[in-house]
Amino acid sequence: MNKNKPDITSLKKVAFQIRETILKMTNKAGSGHPGGSLSAVEILISLYAYKMKYDPKNPKWEGRDFLFISKGHTTPVVYAVLAQYGFFGKEELSTFRQLGSRLQGHVHQKVPGIEFNTGSLGHGLSVANGAALGAKLLKKDTKVFCLLGDGELQEGSNWEAAMTASHFKIDNICAIVDYNKVQENGPVEQIKSLEPLAKKWESFGWKAVEVDGHNFDEIFKALDDFDKCKDKPFVIIAHTIKGKGVSFMEGNRDWHGKAPNNEQLDKALKDLK
Amino acid sequence: MNKPTPTRDGFGEELVKIAKENEKILVVSADLEDATRAEYFKNAYPDRFFSVGIAEQDMVGMASGLTLQGFQCFVNSFAVFLTNRAYDMLRMDVCYNNCDVKVVCSHAGVTVGPDGASAQCLEDFALMRVLPNIKVICPCDVIEARKATRAISLEKGPMYLRTSRAPLPIVTKEEDTFIIGKANILKEGSDVSIIACGVMISEALSAAQKLQEQNINARVINLHTIKPLDEKTLIQAAKETGAIVTAEEHQIHGGMGSAIAELLAQKYPVPIEMIAVKDSFGESGTPEELLKRYHLKDVDIVQAVKQVLSRKK
Ligand SMILES: Cc1ncc(C[n+]2csc(CCOP(=O)(O)OP(=O)(O)O)c2C)c(N)n1
Repeated sequence: MNKNKPDITSLKKVAFQIRETILKMTNKAGSGHPGGSLSAVEILISLYAYKMKYDPKNPKWEGRDFLFISKGHTTPVVYAVLAQYGFFGKEELSTFRQLGSRLQGHVHQKVPGIEFNTGSLGHGLSVANGAALGAKLLKKDTKVFCLLGDGELQEGSNWEAAMTASHFKIDNICAIVDYNKVQENGPVEQIKSLEPLAKKWESFGWKAVEVDGHNFDEIFKALDDFDKCKDKPFVIIAHTIKGKGVSFMEGNRDWHGKAPNNEQLDKALKDLK
Repeated sequence: MNKPTPTRDGFGEELVKIAKENEKILVVSADLEDATRAEYFKNAYPDRFFSVGIAEQDMVGMASGLTLQGFQCFVNSFAVFLTNRAYDMLRMDVCYNNCDVKVVCSHAGVTVGPDGASAQCLEDFALMRVLPNIKVICPCDVIEARKATRAISLEKGPMYLRTSRAPLPIVTKEEDTFIIGKANILKEGSDVSIIACGVMISEALSAAQKLQEQNINARVINLHTIKPLDEKTLIQAAKETGAIVTAEEHQIHGGMGSAIAELLAQKYPVPIEMIAVKDSFGESGTPEELLKRYHLKDVDIVQAVKQVLSRKK
């Protein structure tokens, strides 16, 4: 679906606020994954502000598009964006990772807007294929999006699913790789390189496009290209920066799964650009 | 009609019938539908059958995703490849997300035969019964397999069904009731209870016969549902017979016998002996040779009964 193109300046403000929220949520919880959250901010905003059909007051609305968060650890950005787009009140974000909270450490269906529990990497794409194929069998015009980590792509199950999607010509699925170049223990390139990544997807029968994953215009254009792509699954390889926006977190694996303490939070909030 | 028949045939036949009644049923497969008999469904409903190739993890994930659109999905393979290879997907996608996926596995136990240990799954009960939300079922003959196939479809949610490759003698009747979680008493008895499932039911009945000749009156219980346990029938058996022998074609650790022991240790402890494979892998041979080799025969059950009776107070 094409919504009116949102005003980019105001989206940049939203992105700034989401980054503040990510930092505050993880600080308050004393744990969580800021690095891979900060890298995916523009991707998720683009989906909710520009592309996906959804009704935040009726999250299971039949006509909705589906988003699967395969990199299920990046809950700070996912919950912050869902609250921003009205799925639940922003005040609930302060309960993140606490006993009894809906806002589980890894994405969970009890949160409005979450379609599927994940947390073990390498699951989302197969499930997204199933949801997309199921929609086609029902002749629904549902689009299915799946957010993947770059390190996550080292899990072989993704490539089983990649083969399946093209074999069945599942053309209502759009995978988005948050290619932030860093995984838990260091640079992806050093640990186990994914390159040539676009060629890998293409050779598995996908249409692959590469974008600057922090540039709204580029993401919008790729999402529009997905709408036009027929008979093939579609993947957006979004080049991003892990920890984007906070200079001491950028590209630094130490901030993969660690929360800022109060002092670090102050520093990070001042540093946000 | 009364010819020994593999329980996988019962699954395959019944699936075709229930799929006619419920058009939301789909099958996702991983290149073993010939062996599991999901092929019967493929032939009847080719448009509702999807093979992802030899990719068990993908099979389970995709089936889970299909259920999000309101379908009921049957996945199938050999027990080893599904419960072992795709375990993380069974745990996360099927059980944690509580999807309406039916996991149907043939080729469990040593009666798989000549293929040997790699294909003889001896740990599926243990793996599946520790997962929340799923029910674990093992029918003992083709009649019960048909009923079990229908029952797992009529109830929403994750289900595990173990079928056999080996032909099994017919021991139940069409008119017997089959209710998930409700054990069937096949023979009354007051001296000892033999609790079994699957292949071991006919061995248990034969053992009971032999014991009768020695004036030992054994109750035989068909525990077709390993999870949830029929606590009432099991506790009653412990109270009324005071001694229990369990018999299963599974690793001795973690299976049906362990589940019963966990229950009775807490609710009504009595002496228990377990007939099962004793912490080893299988090997090639005929089903009958292997049942003997791994001490899973009626004579082994008779021995175990004598042993447990010597411990009975
Ligand atoms: C199957 C599995 N193995 C290991 C982990 C632990 N783990 C969580 S996040 C992560 C690194 C993920 O890296 P990447 O996919 O690049 O995510 P991002 O950089 O976007 O956070 C690891 C190893 C896991 N969640 N699942």
